[in-house]
Amino acid sequence: MSIFVDENTKVIYQGLTGSQGRYYGLLNRDYGTKVVAGTNPKKAGEDVEGIPIYANIKEAVAATGATASCIFIPAAGVQSAVMEAAEGGIEFIVAITEGVPAHDEAYFYNHLQNEFPHVQLLGPNCPGIISPGKCNIGITAGHIAKPGGPVGIVSRSGTLTYQALYELKEKGIGCTTCVGIGGDPVPGTSFIDCLKAFEEDPETQAIMMIGEIGGSAEEEAAEFIANNMTKPVSAYVAGVTAPPGKKMGHAGAIVSGGKGTAQAKMDALRAANVRVGLNPTEAGEHMVDIIAELTNS
Amino acid sequence: MDLFEYQGKQFFSEYGLPVSDGEITFTVEEAVDAAQRLGTPVMVKAQVHTGGRGKAGGVKYAATIEDVREHASNIFGLNIKDHVVKRIWIEKASDIEEEYYASFTLDRSAKKHLGMLSAEGGVEIETVAEENPEAIAKVWIDPTSGLTNELAESWVQSANLPTQAVEGTVRILLDLYQSYVKGDADLVEINPLILTSAGDVHVLDAKVTLDGNSIFRHPEYAEFDKTQTRDERETAAHDRGLQYVGLDGAVGVIANGAGLAMATVDVVNQVGGAAANFLDIGGGANAEVMAGALEVINNDPEVKSIFINIFGGITRGEEVANGIIEALQNVDIEAPIVIRLDGTNADEGKSILQPHLSETLLMAPTMLDAAQQAVDLARKENDK
Repeated sequence: MSIFVDENTKVIYQGLTGSQGRYYGLLNRDYGTKVVAGTNPKKAGEDVEGIPIYANIKEAVAATGATASCIFIPAAGVQSAVMEAAEGGIEFIVAITEGVPAHDEAYFYNHLQNEFPHVQLLGPNCPGIISPGKCNIGITAGHIAKPGGPVGIVSRSGTLTYQALYELKEKGIGCTTCVGIGGDPVPGTSFIDCLKAFEEDPETQAIMMIGEIGGSAEEEAAEFIANNMTKPVSAYVAGVTAPPGKKMGHAGAIVSGGKGTAQAKMDALRAANVRVGLNPTEAGEHMVDIIAELTNS
Repeated sequence: MDLFEYQGKQFFSEYGLPVSDGEITFTVEEAVDAAQRLGTPVMVKAQVHTGGRGKAGGVKYAATIEDVREHASNIFGLNIKDHVVKRIWIEKASDIEEEYYASFTLDRSAKKHLGMLSAEGGVEIETVAEENPEAIAKVWIDPTSGLTNELAESWVQSANLPTQAVEGTVRILLDLYQSYVKGDADLVEINPLILTSAGDVHVLDAKVTLDGNSIFRHPEYAEFDKTQTRDERETAAHDRGLQYVGLDGAVGVIANGAGLAMATVDVVNQVGGAAANFLDIGGGANAEVMAGALEVINNDPEVKSIFINIFGGITRGEEVANGIIEALQNVDIEAPIVIRLDGTNADEGKSILQPHLSETLLMAPTMLDAAQQAVDLARKENDK
């Protein structure tokens, strides 16, 4: 099993006719993802290497029965793309675009909560989601992930996610689903959303979590783990040495007023019995230990 | 993007908030001229991107033109928490009866806007929050409904402001919220918001941080970008479109992806060294971007060794390796370089790098090994 998506998920690419959308849309299709349509009001009726383009999401959903969409629209258009997807009947929206203003994110997050509570938004500013061997929506290089589980991965950082997938694969460990929730201030999907789904997924036996300085998402996740999780978790938090008040690349990665430090996050996770690595490799080694223990028991 | 107080006040006045008349000055003579035009008494206020100006002697009351000259002479060049004062804002002095606090920011945990109002202004709000948290009236605002009149009124009622301040404060909060939302601010803060003896509620200070991602809606913010406080290295990186943060160590760091770059800085620290910077060259790693990154690092005299940490995802290892080799041909690098290359087609990349390896261009199998080598090299260079 996998979470949020599987081999049957049909996906519409919003922005398939743009250079990024086309590149990754086709890569995702090559991987095996059911890329059933693209949208662009000016190019309706055309196609991208056989993928039909519709004027809008509503028409694309009616024609294909898609339930997911992937957004490769420039930042200025992401808010209306998210709203259009939700209104058009999409249930799982993946927004890859980076540089979306925080006010837009706060607005459409709450709009979805109020009007479309069943819709799950992933991102913006995220690498997407991959269920190895089944479905890859976004910009993750598919071949670095080993299918089959038993590990679920959830991460705020793109490259560290790839690193984690790759290290697990090198060690012969597969992944059920890997979710990149992104590093922005208002992520549509939280650590907790993913932890909850992994806890319920029978194929996932352990979870690897990659956090970052800034905000309190890791602390909230730690509390959730302590109270609700039976499956073991390993974690890494990037930014131990980050100076306060400086943005470290991601809009979300900023330490302010002593809050959101890596140390506080690691302490909270350790208190929840999470095995915390001091670097990504160590977190991977913890996962190897966890898997060995699960296999032996 | 952090605004200076005077920029924040210009920003506020566009949304109808009552701010004092004033002028920005760059020399003592300009400050004196401004005070003459405005008429004494005036406030002489250092403009720096940091708090604690008052305590550092950067904010003074001037009753006369002579006072203005004296204070401006002292304040120009003053070092406030490593920020040297180059601009002074001269503004008409206000008659202060009481001081309040008001702000809006995003509560990332609640995913709603958070408004804070306190009758105890003029002091650091963190101190109030710690010592007397009930003195801060908080309101969480759903961005889809915004701050309504009713909500603003009940919020102000709960803050226990004196009756004569209520109406003016409600009006200011409604305008402040508009500036926060329409202006795409990460933070708008007024501390202090004052009640004058004439009974007017008035904005006496302005702390504004704008969201750099919103610049497509606000092309005029490019002006504010020019006045950001950056050191020389950060300016050079900014000009090349690189994500860079200057740090104090001796190991220059280049990595692809913000998370990996942060992790790289952490690992350097973990093996007993310290990074000179955080530098994210983004998902790909083509020769041009790599060359730009190497130039920025190379210009930092504190850098004694360089650690290039690349994980190939969509970008393949051989492209990364070719990019590094090409960049090295175009930039004359002084410090020794340690490369760690992993991920997609890493082996192909490594064989491209192999013939170029030397005493000053090394390759390490893991992130930890590479960090250790880079730290050792930096030490050796330092001992020379």
